[in-house]
Formats: sequence, C-alpha cells, structure tokens
Amino acid sequence: MSQNAADLDRQGRPVVVVTGMGLLTSLGEGVEDNWRRLCAGDSGIRRIGRFALDGLRTTIAGTVDFVPAEPNCAPELSERMADRVCREAIAQSGIGARGDFPGPLFLALPPVELEWPQRQAMAATVPDAEGYGALLLAAGSGAFKGYYERFLFGSVAENLAVRFGTRGSPVAVSTACASGATAIQLALEAIRRGEAEAALCVGTDASVNPESLVRFSLLSALSTRNEVPEAASRPFSKDRDGFVMAEGAAALVLESLASAKARGARILGVVEGCGERADSFHRTRSNPDGRPIIASMADALEDAGVAADAVDYINAHGTSTPENDRMEWHCVAAVFGERAGSLPISSTKSMLGHTLTAAGTIEAVVTLLSLRDQRIAPTINYLTPDPALPLDCVPNVARDAVMRRAISNSFGFGGQNLCLVLKPE
Amino acid sequence: MRESGPRDALITGIGLVSSLGEGMAAHRAILAAGQPVLDRTSFAPWMVHPLATPDYDRMIPKRDQRQMEPWQRIGTYAAGLALEAAGIRGDAELLGRTHMLVAAGGGERDYEVDAAILAGMPKAADPAAYLNEHLMSDLRPTLFLAQLSNLLAGNISIVHGVVGSSRTLMGEEAAGADAARIACARIAAGQGDLFLVGGSYNAQRLDILLQYEMGGALWKQPFTGVWSRRADGGGMVMGSLGCFLVLESRAHAELRGATATARIAAVATDRCRRYPGEATANAQRQLAGLGALDAAAVLSGASGMAAATAEEAVFLATTGLPVRATASLLGHSMEPSFIANLAIAADVVTQGWLFPPLDAGEAVMTGPVRQAVVTGWGHWRGESMALVEKAA
Repeated sequence: MSQNAADLDRQGRPVVVVTGMGLLTSLGEGVEDNWRRLCAGDSGIRRIGRFALDGLRTTIAGTVDFVPAEPNCAPELSERMADRVCREAIAQSGIGARGDFPGPLFLALPPVELEWPQRQAMAATVPDAEGYGALLLAAGSGAFKGYYERFLFGSVAENLAVRFGTRGSPVAVSTACASGATAIQLALEAIRRGEAEAALCVGTDASVNPESLVRFSLLSALSTRNEVPEAASRPFSKDRDGFVMAEGAAALVLESLASAKARGARILGVVEGCGERADSFHRTRSNPDGRPIIASMADALEDAGVAADAVDYINAHGTSTPENDRMEWHCVAAVFGERAGSLPISSTKSMLGHTLTAAGTIEAVVTLLSLRDQRIAPTINYLTPDPALPLDCVPNVARDAVMRRAISNSFGFGGQNLCLVLKPE
Repeated sequence: MRESGPRDALITGIGLVSSLGEGMAAHRAILAAGQPVLDRTSFAPWMVHPLATPDYDRMIPKRDQRQMEPWQRIGTYAAGLALEAAGIRGDAELLGRTHMLVAAGGGERDYEVDAAILAGMPKAADPAAYLNEHLMSDLRPTLFLAQLSNLLAGNISIVHGVVGSSRTLMGEEAAGADAARIACARIAAGQGDLFLVGGSYNAQRLDILLQYEMGGALWKQPFTGVWSRRADGGGMVMGSLGCFLVLESRAHAELRGATATARIAAVATDRCRRYPGEATANAQRQLAGLGALDAAAVLSGASGMAAATAEEAVFLATTGLPVRATASLLGHSMEPSFIANLAIAADVVTQGWLFPPLDAGEAVMTGPVRQAVVTGWGHWRGESMALVEKAA
C-alpha cells in the first residue's frame, strides 16, 4: 500500500480504521437494531429459560435464545453468533469477495471444554461403568467423534476461517474479560506492522450454562437480584451487587486507511491507540493502587498521541461489581484529574450484562456508534448514586454530546487490563 | 545465514521441563541416549510421558502453588527457568516491559466431583436439580481460576512479576507457533524488545485422554516412535512438558550484555483443511521462504497421527535433510510442542551437533549443524515452520 503521509499516524504507522461492524446480543441481531434499543435504555437481562434453576443463587442472565445451536454448548453457539456478526460486518465493509476475506482472523473465544449434556450423553451409552471409566469407554466406541472436533480449542476459529476465507493461521485469544479488546489490539498491531491491510476481529461468548454460572457464583461475582432481572445490572450504583452473565458477539473489519480509501470504503471510525498492562497483584483482584489500570489508559493515550483532555467519553468496563466500579472510577480520576467528574462515563453492561469474552468487541462497536451519532447510550438502573463514585454515568437516559474521541476499557481475571482509543471518521 | 540486524529475535533464555528432566543440558544428554520415559500403568491402556516433577519450591512460593493446578505449576516453573537463564528474573525494571505470549488450553477438572455427579444424576428424581445442587456444593470455588486458559499467564505475572503485557492464545499446536510468530514479528517491527513466550501441558489427565480418545487419536499399541506408528493406524502418546523462551531484540540484548543462545530467523504459520497435499503445499511455501539452507537439520513436531505424519514424512524426505521427530522421545505436548522444538533447535545449532536418530527412517548426521528447521504440523490443523540459527 502507499506510504502517503496522510495515511500514516504521527509515529509514521498506518492509520487503522473500521469499515464494517456486526453486533448480536440478548437485545437482538444487527448493529442498528441493537443501537436503537441501547439508546432507548432497554435491558436484555431475563430469567434463564435454557436450563433448570433449582438450587442456584443467580437465576438471571442475558442469554441469546434466538440463534439455534446443536449440540447445545458454548463453542457451538459462540460459533453460530460469530458467523452472523462476521457476515454483517463484512457485508457493510464490502471488502474482498464472498468467502474470500483478504486478511487474518483474530477471534476472542471463551475457553472450551466438554459440557454436562455431552458427558451425560456419553455416560448413558455405558450404564455398567462409572465416572471417567465410562466416559473413556464411550469415547473409544468412536460414536462421539463430533464432540472431539467441537471441543478442540482451535475448531471455532478454524471453521470461521474456512467460511470467510481469512488468510493464514486464525488466532484465537483468551485474556478473560478483556479478550474482545485483545482481538482488536492484535489486529491493530498486525496492520501497523504492514503484515496485513485488513483483519477480521470477532468477540463471541455463549457461556450461560449451569457450570459456568456456578463457577462465577462461587466466586461471589454475580448479582443475585433475581426478582427484577432487567434492574439487576446497576453499574456505579451504591447498591450494585455483582455482574450479570450474558451472551453476545460482535465483529469489526479493521483496515489500513490507505486500503479503505483505495477501494472507496466508508470509514466508520479510527482505532487510534491501545494500551495494555498486566497486573501481578492477585488472580481476581486489581492492585489497590490501580497502577496497571492507570498505566493501560495512559499508554493508550500515548499510543494514540493525544492528551487526556482530548477524550470526551469513556465506555467503561463497568461490570456492576462493587470492586470493579470502584477501582475503575479511582483510576479514571487518576488519569483525567479534575475533568473526571464531568466526563461522561457509561456502562453498556447495565443493559447487556457482562458478555465476558465478547465484551471488549461489543463495547468497541457501541463506542464507535456513540461517536458516529454523537450520542451516548445510558447507564440504566442508576437510582441510588454511590457517593464514593462522583461520576457522570449518563444515568438512565441517552444523551447527545459533542465527542472528539472516546476510550473503551476492558479488564479481566488474571491481571488483564486493556484500553482502546477510538475516534469518529 | 541471513544478514543480522538490531531487530533480530534472539533467544536469550530457555526454560524446559519434561519427562526427561529439567534444563537444556539434561535434555541434551537424554536426547543423545534416546530412551523415552513412559508411564504405561497409571492410565492403561494409554501411556503417557510423565513429568519429571521439578522442585517447584525453587521457583514458586508454596502459597501460590496451592492456588494452581499442575499445568500452571509446570508452566510457571518453566517460565522461571527461562527468566533466570536470561538474567532477568527478579529485575523489576525489565519485567515491567516484558511482554507475554502464552499458548494454553484449559486446566484440569475435579474428576471426583465429575464422577459423583455422573453416578448420581441418572438415579436422581430431578437430574437437572441434582446437577445444580452438586455443582454449587462440591466445586471448589478457586478451581475455576486453575482452569481458565489465561490464568497460566496470570500466575506468571503474580509469581515472577512479568507485567509488560499478557496475551494467551488458544488452539492446540498452532497457538504455540503463532505465539512465537507474533513475538518475532513484534520484535522485528519495534513493537517491543523483550518477550516471554511459551506454554505448558499436563498429559497426565483423564480429561485430556478423554478429549483425544473421542477423536480416536491416542496410540494404544506397544510404544514406538511417531514415524513407525503409521502402519498400525497412527496415534499420539501425550507428554507432559513446559517450555518458555525469552526472546529479545539483538539491540536490547547487546545493550544489557545478555548472552544469546540462538536466533529465530523466521517463523511462518498457516492452515488448510488437510485435503491430501494441502499441508505439503503450505510447508513447501514456508520452506521456500527460508531461502538457501546451510548444514541444516529438521526438528519435526510430527504428532503420530497417521495422515498428517505420513504426509509430513514424504514432504521432509524431499528436502533431503536429516530429521528428528522429538515427540518420539518427549511425547506430544500440544500447545508448547512447537516452542519446545525451538528450544531444542537453539541447543542443536549452539552445540553444532544433532543427536542420533529417534526412530526408523531418521538419518544420522555426522557433520556440524548450522541451521535447524522446526516444523509443526498440528495433529488436526495448522502447519508451522521456523528457522533457528546461531545468534552471532
């Protein structure tokens, strides 16, 4: 591609733009439909209908129930959702040809393992044996070869690579709840290196099953406000009591500005910078001094070549756990100083719940839509302000605002902290 | 040899633990002797190459060991060895800008809980309620953190203080090769100077055996090397292993006076659907990209799976290079297998000597070795290749 200075950033790297987006959540399918409902403050959280709820402390989630998946398991539904958002994003971008995407695939995917319906099905074929002995006997019969491919860590990315004709080895990434942003980061770096002119970034997560829910429940991470599901996720409120698990997927076509201009593509936004730091404090908790989170935001701004006062909106990680929201505010205040209290900081998770692996990708799409329409989707369920968090969370109602650029935060278990800097076309 | 430059990716530290022991010197000696270590009884009729359990206390505080499952201990220990070898263990300034690329699957399950639930569910009045009740009461809350793919990297951050960045790739063998490829590409492009790249595998797991038994992918006949299994249907013998490399730009290594063992001159990865000849076409393209070779040997990641191993054998024969498939001795270790072969390749070019054949059909190499080609054909998908040379 051309080395035209207009296509390079201040550090002489290719400017990376977004030319296609796809979105599918518990609110429905399609970017525009989701965006309309988010601006209306709709919640996708509901009582779980997919499995029995006896004995569970949390019985609500933002499930995606309108996409058929057989066998019903996380990798299958994750792949089906990813397939749909890729189609939407590629169609909007107009890049390549059908089944021929001219760049690599970066996929954020939840870790894969055999699930209970499959274990039960296998054990039922050998009623005389017990435990793993039974499962291994069933496996040895050869009747479950389909499960083998389904539950490889590489098969979702492989199948998407085949279907969309992406180039090279597909990269599946897991950085816990920052995965969706990591997929964008890896693509940004690859295009900046000149390794690719375009990349397909996908985040997808369909983890609402009994064991995954119980795992988070046992860590006391989930809201137990089961009575009014749509009011359970309440980021930044004083009475927030945990996150709400949710499903969804998003895709972005990232492309060098030179490539997008050359083919006359419509530019939906710019991925201006990215910052990342790992935290060594604890497996699930952030360092109380917030240094890694603060550094990830500062690094992102430096990478984008802008100062903090050039940011007009923050799409927060905002999970609605007591700890996350407190830490995030503390760190935003450290980076943005006196401006922090008047800077709009909203959490998409108030409406969609926490889509875990997919959250970073979904929220990047939502942030780009905010910038496009100069309109901020609200933090719903904000009725009891937390005096310890004196922030403008765009409470309950969408708001128009003039925004030059925004940041989107993603944090995850295992010390993962990532910040993206996005700006409109 | 390719021209050298300040953005070369040098290996300045290696950490390797496996069934053969710990460290490059131990592996060199046992590779020369050619005797695998096997556990044929614990998981019969399957066999595994069991980990020669290292002294974890040397690298991992007891309280942290208790938070981990074996795959995390193996990897965290190997990472510590690599950091120590590179002279950066405990150096907060350097660790603060060390970037991690980890290849990982998931952690082991609690087999007793699984077995109890499987036994109880069919008899329960309400099986779904039974499942919920037992998951809620029997799962250890912290087990989840020993299972999440990115919590090997998370533990390395906690134990060793590596905090520059942390990315975990999933996808069996290809994840390890892509981790190395991305690290080398970032070094070449100036997107970082110092990287910790690797992964770990605990083969001594019922849930691992289950996954590959579903695919009919495990070798159950008397032990042979990987090439010799083809005639009897092929199959894998899994091996426990952890391997991490410290990769560093030449400029950065020289500035801090670090000693490099070798240089990764090229890494390429690709995929195909494995229709006959497709993997060969990928490998041919990758080989052509390496340019002219000089006194080269091949370290193959062949898994033992019949079709892929047979096709790779034919491809490698066309190169005329001496070959060693290390899975014949170490077992197949999935995510870290490619990284481990990079480590062994680094030692081979540093020593200038290739260890004797490990299986029928592998040729003796008498002359000095100057370059090592590493191949990584995944047991299901993914074809990778790297070129390793002396650092100087």
